[in-house]
Amino acid sequence: MEKDIVIAPPLSRKPSRVRSTTSLRAKKWNERFLAYVFLAPSLVLFGIFLFYPLIKSIYLSMFLTDPQGRVAEFIGFDNFTNVLTSSVFYNSLWVTLLFILFTVPTGVVLALILAALSHQKLRGMKLFQFFFSLPMAVSVGTGSIIWMVLYHPTLSVLNYLLSFVGIPAIQWLTDPSWALISIALMTVWLNLGFNYIVMLSGIQSVGEDLYESAKIDGSGAFRTFFRITLPLISPSLFFVSVVSIISAFQSFAQVNILTKGGPMNSTDLLVYNIYQDAFVNYRFGIGSAQALILFVVITLLTVVQFKFGEKKVHYQ
Amino acid sequence: MSIRISHQSVLYLLLSIAALVILFPLLFTLSSSFMTSAESAAYPPRILPSGMDWSNFTKMFDTIPVIRFITNSFIVSTAIMVGQLITSAMAAYAFAFLRFPGKVLLFSLFLSTMMIPWEVTMIPNYITVRSWNWIDSYQGLIVPFVASAFGTFLLRQYFLQLPRELFEAAKVDGCGHIRIWLRLVLPLSTPALATLAVYSFLTSWSNYLWPLLITNKESMRTVQIGIGMLQFEEVTAWNVVLAGIVTLLLPSLILLIVGLKPLVRGITAGALKG
Repeated sequence: MEKDIVIAPPLSRKPSRVRSTTSLRAKKWNERFLAYVFLAPSLVLFGIFLFYPLIKSIYLSMFLTDPQGRVAEFIGFDNFTNVLTSSVFYNSLWVTLLFILFTVPTGVVLALILAALSHQKLRGMKLFQFFFSLPMAVSVGTGSIIWMVLYHPTLSVLNYLLSFVGIPAIQWLTDPSWALISIALMTVWLNLGFNYIVMLSGIQSVGEDLYESAKIDGSGAFRTFFRITLPLISPSLFFVSVVSIISAFQSFAQVNILTKGGPMNSTDLLVYNIYQDAFVNYRFGIGSAQALILFVVITLLTVVQFKFGEKKVHYQ
Repeated sequence: MSIRISHQSVLYLLLSIAALVILFPLLFTLSSSFMTSAESAAYPPRILPSGMDWSNFTKMFDTIPVIRFITNSFIVSTAIMVGQLITSAMAAYAFAFLRFPGKVLLFSLFLSTMMIPWEVTMIPNYITVRSWNWIDSYQGLIVPFVASAFGTFLLRQYFLQLPRELFEAAKVDGCGHIRIWLRLVLPLSTPALATLAVYSFLTSWSNYLWPLLITNKESMRTVQIGIGMLQFEEVTAWNVVLAGIVTLLLPSLILLIVGLKPLVRGITAGALKG
């Protein structure tokens, strides 16, 4: 991302038009003043709602707090040691990693396959493209309720359909070995629309002539896909992976609506755990400590992805 | 030729199966919302209702303040969208066209905010907003989201691509920066502004955790929270809940149809240019 950050070249000055140095100086000060005025709203808001809270989080993480959020006692790094030695935290870290493993590769590959199948300019393709992007209209709250009905313990229509192929009924949300998979399945569906749209526009931006010349050279569909399409859409692939991992880390609503972290903490994702500590048990200090650990983990992961992923990405 | 046609029919078959699987949850929702209570509670489940039973919708409007949820979400999302457009367009103009000390530093500061996950700031923000008595208020739902580093970055990149000669000419004609911003830069940047508008509207529309934290009163709930609370309330008939879902999906669906093009253009630019 960094390489596009170009600071605007200074506007060329036209000395012939400058009448006097004083007006030039006034103009310069005017411009500076205006710049700060234009930046002020964003800076004030970032100050109040991003930078101050970030520092406050660090501060809170070193205190015990009362339910009002007032600090009660300084305890240094005890919150961090408590978090880092608690099995609950490691469980939710493990659950989060599993969740990423279940959702990200599946979501990316499915979207890629659908985009590869539906990008051609054939009759009816526009309709399929619309169908495949439809889950994007479903927000996570709405989607969770739909899937809650699909996963219903006694009326599940999914179990009914599975019974046709002889698979016995699954307790989707109440069986500890299935709950996370069920949440993951629902999440993959929910994110499919977005992933698909990014992949599709990636594939469509590869020139039609490239496909034509590959065809003339006698390259088969699979060969063309792996040798030409895949390398050329690697930026979209990379983008979708990074975004999916971050959003998987931040998933919350589906767990809060469907399972409440259960059964037996099998769906206790990190953000849900933070929410529980801070807003259900009112332990703001330990919640802040966990949030900061989450911040470090996400940052490290993103840096690692850019370091190793970017090398393999082919920019046109 | 015949091989090609059979290839194509296989392709269409695969696509149709995929479409059916992906659309199934939505079709099921639509179909259930027209079922009678007995039909929706039957096992084996019915795929189609016996007739169009609109009573679920009237029942839903009587028991669940859906219109209120939609209005709240609409007010909040629109305000955030307008706010982000204004603050981002202002900041982006300063970064793209104005000379001032500390520009590089401030720009890095803006970019760094994109790295801070919302969850890290949520606890202190909750304490702040509560101390201002902004719980259960529109300003509490709106103000924390009105500035956007992503929006500023997106617009700045677009502004820098605009032809420079135009501004030189405007300057020669004696136009000040504010006039250039309002009359030249903003009208020329409609595509980027549209992308940001759709993006910010959609993200605030689907915002879940923050409204959950700071709304207690039913009358202040947004769509996302309202729908999530349905399960706890006396309405347990699924067909009524699903009728609510169908109603709530309609505005998002319209938004997707209207906003897909500018959104895709923006996402693609972001993904391809990195």
